[in-house]
Amino acid sequence: MVTGNIHSIETLGTLDGPGIRMVVFLQGCKLRCLYCHNPDTWNEISRNVKTVTPEYIVNKVKRFKPYFKYNDGGITFSGGEPLLQPEFLIECLKSCKSEGIHTVIDTSGVGFGHYDEILKYTDLVILDIKHSNPQKYKNITGMDIKYYYEFKESIIKNNKDIWIKQVVTPGINDTYEDMMEFQREVDTFPQSIIQKVELLPYHTLGVFKYKELSIKYRLEGVPPMSKEKLNILKGYLKIEKLVK
Amino acid sequence: MKKQWQNFREGNWTKGIDVSNFIQLNYKPYEGNDEFLTEATLKTRNLFRKASQLMKEELEKGVLDIDTKHISGIDNFEAGYLDKENEIIVGFQTDAPLKRMMNPYGGIRMVEESLNAYGYEIPRNLDKIFHEFRKTHNEGVFDVYTKEMRTARSVGLLTGLPDAYGRGRIIGDFRRIALYGIDYLISKKQEEYDAINLPMTEENIRAREEIKEQIKALKSMKSMAAKYGIDISEPAENTKEAVQAIYFGYLAGVKENNGAAMSLGRVSTFIDIYAERDLNSNLLNEKDVQEIIDQFVLKLRMVRHLRTPEYNELFAGDPNWVTESLGGMGLDGRTLVTKTSFRFIHTLTNLSSAPEPNITVLWSNGLPINFKKYCTKMSIETSAIQYENDDVMRPMYGDDYGIACCVSAMKLGKQMQFFGARCNLAKSLLMAINGGIDEIKKIKVIDNIEKINTEILQYDEVLKNYKKVLEYVAKLYVNTMNIIHYMHDKYAYEAGLMALHDYNVGRLMAFGVAGISIVADSLSAIKYARVKPVYDNDGITVDFKIEGDFPMYGNDDDRVDNIAKEVLEFFSKELKKHETYRNAKHTLSVLTITSNVVYGRKTGATPDGRKVGEPFAPGANPMNGRDKSGILASLNSVAKLEYENICEDGISNTFTVVPETLGKLERHRIDNLVNILDGYFVQNAHHINVNVMNRDTLYKAMENPEKYPNLTIRVSGYAVNFNRLTRDQQLDVISRTFHDRM
Repeated sequence: MVTGNIHSIETLGTLDGPGIRMVVFLQGCKLRCLYCHNPDTWNEISRNVKTVTPEYIVNKVKRFKPYFKYNDGGITFSGGEPLLQPEFLIECLKSCKSEGIHTVIDTSGVGFGHYDEILKYTDLVILDIKHSNPQKYKNITGMDIKYYYEFKESIIKNNKDIWIKQVVTPGINDTYEDMMEFQREVDTFPQSIIQKVELLPYHTLGVFKYKELSIKYRLEGVPPMSKEKLNILKGYLKIEKLVK
Repeated sequence: MKKQWQNFREGNWTKGIDVSNFIQLNYKPYEGNDEFLTEATLKTRNLFRKASQLMKEELEKGVLDIDTKHISGIDNFEAGYLDKENEIIVGFQTDAPLKRMMNPYGGIRMVEESLNAYGYEIPRNLDKIFHEFRKTHNEGVFDVYTKEMRTARSVGLLTGLPDAYGRGRIIGDFRRIALYGIDYLISKKQEEYDAINLPMTEENIRAREEIKEQIKALKSMKSMAAKYGIDISEPAENTKEAVQAIYFGYLAGVKENNGAAMSLGRVSTFIDIYAERDLNSNLLNEKDVQEIIDQFVLKLRMVRHLRTPEYNELFAGDPNWVTESLGGMGLDGRTLVTKTSFRFIHTLTNLSSAPEPNITVLWSNGLPINFKKYCTKMSIETSAIQYENDDVMRPMYGDDYGIACCVSAMKLGKQMQFFGARCNLAKSLLMAINGGIDEIKKIKVIDNIEKINTEILQYDEVLKNYKKVLEYVAKLYVNTMNIIHYMHDKYAYEAGLMALHDYNVGRLMAFGVAGISIVADSLSAIKYARVKPVYDNDGITVDFKIEGDFPMYGNDDDRVDNIAKEVLEFFSKELKKHETYRNAKHTLSVLTITSNVVYGRKTGATPDGRKVGEPFAPGANPMNGRDKSGILASLNSVAKLEYENICEDGISNTFTVVPETLGKLERHRIDNLVNILDGYFVQNAHHINVNVMNRDTLYKAMENPEKYPNLTIRVSGYAVNFNRLTRDQQLDVISRTFHDRM
């Protein structure tokens, strides 16, 4: 039987898709984003990893159905990177859909394929676009941007609803040019599938985890993104669905 | 039809006392939003400023003043005012605001200790009268208590019993005064009196005496109102008179009784009928109506009783549980929400957040969405609202019930309660292991319990002993309660409150438990892990070593949640085996108020890993930090405990979140909280307190209380001003399950 490795489950997610959500954080990610606040989900093998079956996930989420009823709440697969465990993810999504539960995946789009099959059982994708400039993408994530394109293509082909987000970090992607590149990238998606576009301010609340894991924090000394600056950057954008 | 009833639809209520029928025929459900609400008038603001100043002084001094010349009674005090020019609704318990009165009928010692504590002298004649000539409830109880009862009480197996203070939890149907006027109520009581005749059995003799007392109380109410220049002998003619009449009824209750909880009932929708009539005939505008409600609520916030500092430590923060139940649905499917339901909650905006009155929203799946959103919005802003499941209670109590205290439902004017505090389930478990000996005081409390001697505790053996202990506790508890309420009726009968009930009233005897989460986790540990007791030299457990994992209550795990359910079911069944005083119906609550801290202090280390002295979880909450699967899983565990037939006196749950956990934007938070409440209650959960606040704010308030004069926090079943908690309680609130996550 297929199993998956998860980091943890949160039962009251309110930021990870519409309504109230049970969020499953899958273990493992190929990206090493400079500002990542979940470095504890990077390695596929880790001390706290829990191996579970899709039945376990579905039985759990079923218990929270009463809370999902009124505004599209449901389950969100986040991480880590959910696309790295495609078989497990597909089984989970499939069973959730057969229970009538709304499904979301929160992803950077870098996985191991099977995207059409995954998207078949996904109601909404929260797509974290790290950057659209290939060089900057590499600087931030350590990976080539081409993997992201592959998933993007599948989203467009399947006409899947998306929320687009980008984390804005001082000194990394906080200029007018960065915003223009972001806007151009957003415009490459069909307007009809974009439900929401969000800029998220860089914060330092995950820094303590690096100390615990004895990993060097590469943004030492970079201050959190200020609200004021973020508003100025948002002002440059002409995106209909941008969250002000 | 009386002239005061003009424009009301006639019905059963015009032929006899039937307030519910009056409401059903005349109220106007409101499904709109909160945009119609208005701000406080100048008069209200002036009055509020004066009241706040006095309350500030009071907080500094402990009590503002005590009347040592008079004793409690409906008509024993001259009129008192705060600011005559600005006061729309009048009346205080004594002749001045916040001045406390002596009520010796529950027990003279409580009065003496309180006077001592605040530096007042005990009036000599009072001392003499209540020691030599007039017996008190407290004395009566102790004349009869058995040795076993005294022991159980002194080791803290049975605690907080109303044997030295007023039992409270009786809600007069104060609306009757507004609708019918006192004279009519007296005439109806006279009819009840005349109908009771030969043979003069003990029951009939008592009935005639009690009704006579009720009639005297009604007359006193009239006289008390007259001291304020107001005549309540006839029905109220308009909104202001209706509210004033309700308030006088309530005031009579708190002048007569120092009950632990003195609740208001369900008056908002009743008042709304008068407000609608006055608005339609242009006698009032919206501002005027809000002014009346604001001023009424301000009066309710100024109710005070003289109590000892120790009492306030147990029931944190000098509470009165002026509980007003709002909302809910009618049996005919229409909502009972009216504009005045909104106006009542709006006082939290106009008069800022406060613990009293204890605003209780009767939540139903069918409530108008606008009302639901308004409630959650106000919860997020003030943390001053509690929610209880109307869909669970309505089928049992109909659609005209109210909540007394925190979670006790009763049909208004038709049911009353014999309040019974609670027994300590966790201590009971330790007695099951220690052969019936109290682990702290080392005295034998229960005979014929065999001490457990195995190196590793065995589930079946412990459970068998535990059931024997619970059988004993149930029997002793029921019989103790019988004594208390016999004596309370005899020496401290609440004639004023009972005058606002039908004589043939339904009686509920409310038992309670503390420590259910500890018991569930302890039994789970014994069942699923290896629990090794550590003994002292006397062979009494002082600690427990646990090897291995075990499921913990609060994670939506049936393996342990069912243990909690089964223990409650068993205990409820045991209680029901024993006859009650006046054939009261047995009910049971899972509620601790803030005494969870005190219970913890008096209970030894338990097999779940809790150390000696550590606080219990409040009410039905999971133990601190053990609900690791998130808020919804925690709520689901509590929702499994059964109300109907098992815990019919309520199951209290308190949940505290930081605003960010509920969502990013205010409107998300409002919607998400609506969803949480809907999702929780649809599973037949009974009650929840909602606190939305930052831990930081609480720390700051501990350091600089003067900067947070109105900081309100909900604890088991009621709200308190954070500044009135003891430091221990403040720390407990802060450390207690605070759900935040990144």
